[in-house]
Amino acid sequence: MNQGSETTQEAMDWTKLRADFPILEQTVNGHPLVYLDNAASSQKPQVVINALRTHYERDNANVHRGIHELSNRATEAYEGARQRIAEYLNADSREEIIFTRGTTESLNLVAQTWGAENIGEGDTILLTEMEHHSNLVPWQLLVKRTGAKLEFIPVNGDDGTLDLSQLDEQLDRAKLLSFTHISNTMGSVNPATELCRRAREAGVITVVDAAQSAGHTRVDVREIGCDFLAFSGHKICGPTGIGVLYGQRELLNTMPPYQGGGEMITKVEYNESTFNEPPHKFEAGTPNVAGAAGLRTAIDYLDIIGREAIFEHDQRLAKRACEQLAEIDGIRLFGPSEGRSAVVSFVLPDAHALDLATMADQKGVALRAGHHCNQPLLAKLGVPATARASFYFYNTEAEVDRFIEVIHQVRKLFV
Amino acid sequence: MTTILDTTIEELIENFEFLGDWEERFAYLIELGKKLPPLDETEMTDEHRVHGCQASVWLRMLPQTNGTFNIHADSDAFIVRGLIAVLLLIYNGKNAKQILGTDSTATFAQLGLDKHLSPTRRNGLHSMVSRVRALAGNSIVQTT
Repeated sequence: MNQGSETTQEAMDWTKLRADFPILEQTVNGHPLVYLDNAASSQKPQVVINALRTHYERDNANVHRGIHELSNRATEAYEGARQRIAEYLNADSREEIIFTRGTTESLNLVAQTWGAENIGEGDTILLTEMEHHSNLVPWQLLVKRTGAKLEFIPVNGDDGTLDLSQLDEQLDRAKLLSFTHISNTMGSVNPATELCRRAREAGVITVVDAAQSAGHTRVDVREIGCDFLAFSGHKICGPTGIGVLYGQRELLNTMPPYQGGGEMITKVEYNESTFNEPPHKFEAGTPNVAGAAGLRTAIDYLDIIGREAIFEHDQRLAKRACEQLAEIDGIRLFGPSEGRSAVVSFVLPDAHALDLATMADQKGVALRAGHHCNQPLLAKLGVPATARASFYFYNTEAEVDRFIEVIHQVRKLFV
Repeated sequence: MTTILDTTIEELIENFEFLGDWEERFAYLIELGKKLPPLDETEMTDEHRVHGCQASVWLRMLPQTNGTFNIHADSDAFIVRGLIAVLLLIYNGKNAKQILGTDSTATFAQLGLDKHLSPTRRNGLHSMVSRVRALAGNSIVQTT
């Protein structure tokens, strides 16, 4: 398939891809399902479901130490997935890919290992005001343990862009910068490459939360120039319970272990142990082998479609939704007008976001309403909750129009 | 208070049965929520805030001289206001003993709210019931 060119849109039959997702072919509350909660979790194509099934029907065993056929197959599936993910992120090697339960665990791992070793009293950790709780609370815990402090790159306001006017001064004070690539609340795409370059120049370690970007746009760790990067499988068509932490090899080599147990050791005596090399050093216990195999299949699937094409499609749908929402009198629409991702957050003047989402659900449209694990940002913007539609490549223009139609129908109940 | 809402719990259950689908029932809850007398902004404090709800909810129980309670509650979301109205129809104007002796779960089941509210919203409703029962229970402890 032709990737990223102008012919992509013509070549790609987006509607046809829907047939790969059995879950989308259902009615909810008597209406065809319109699933617009993809920023929370994506749906799975049949190939991923089959991969999980095949793993349990044919290849399931524990990995690494087995001396039998099934264990060899499971090990190959698991380590093959690691290799494939390294390629997907353009990492230097598979040793830089650590399997976790998801973005949240990946970020906690950095905070508890690199953080424990390198952050001390008086140090500053720089975040942005738009971080998901999973890229805020782990650092708050670290700060509490060490006596370090947090500082935030401000968000300009409703357009969801970062105010970088003080960035150089902020980086001068910081030891680590952790930021989201794409905001799950505002839909803004942060300038990851620029942020990492400027951080590097200031000697600051960088962590990128790629939960909303890894399955939606090209994420190249060498181009971005980050030290760590985290994402979840379930948001990119993979299974739940599997995620990834990318870490630069030199940094991983210096970090203490995360959890203790099997797999992460080389020699164990009653009173002490020596630890395995990365990435195994950070993967105590039996890993999620089926999840890794499923994630590998998911990224194979995404790469056939092409992430540039997916991002173009995302943007087309978001633009269509924003243009129609903007016509509603008094609506507050969040996120930048240009270059936004597939996330569209808004507040209506008359209907509470929770009421709106409840009534939309009655019409088969799945929206998210609430604080989106982003309470400090919503408090700053002065809204208790927003409604959010988030798109993926299997969503269609017709679904965007249906979503808008439902918003108009539901609004009438509240005036 | 029950007269402000212009209906009884029995009528509410009847109306729910009459309404064909949940879309209409939610619309009915929204209308009921619109009739709920609002709390004064000065009453929307942390002390009266009911946690465990997705929407913001505030709830007060004002003891009357005859030992009964007037319940005042509000939310920023209309469906939640509707649920508060249901709560009022069940508990308002009762004394502490009557409140503790009332099984609201049976009424919620009759209305089908146990099956048709989202799990998070069900938790929110449960938090409100717990608050009503706790405040009623406290008053017994204080008077005995």
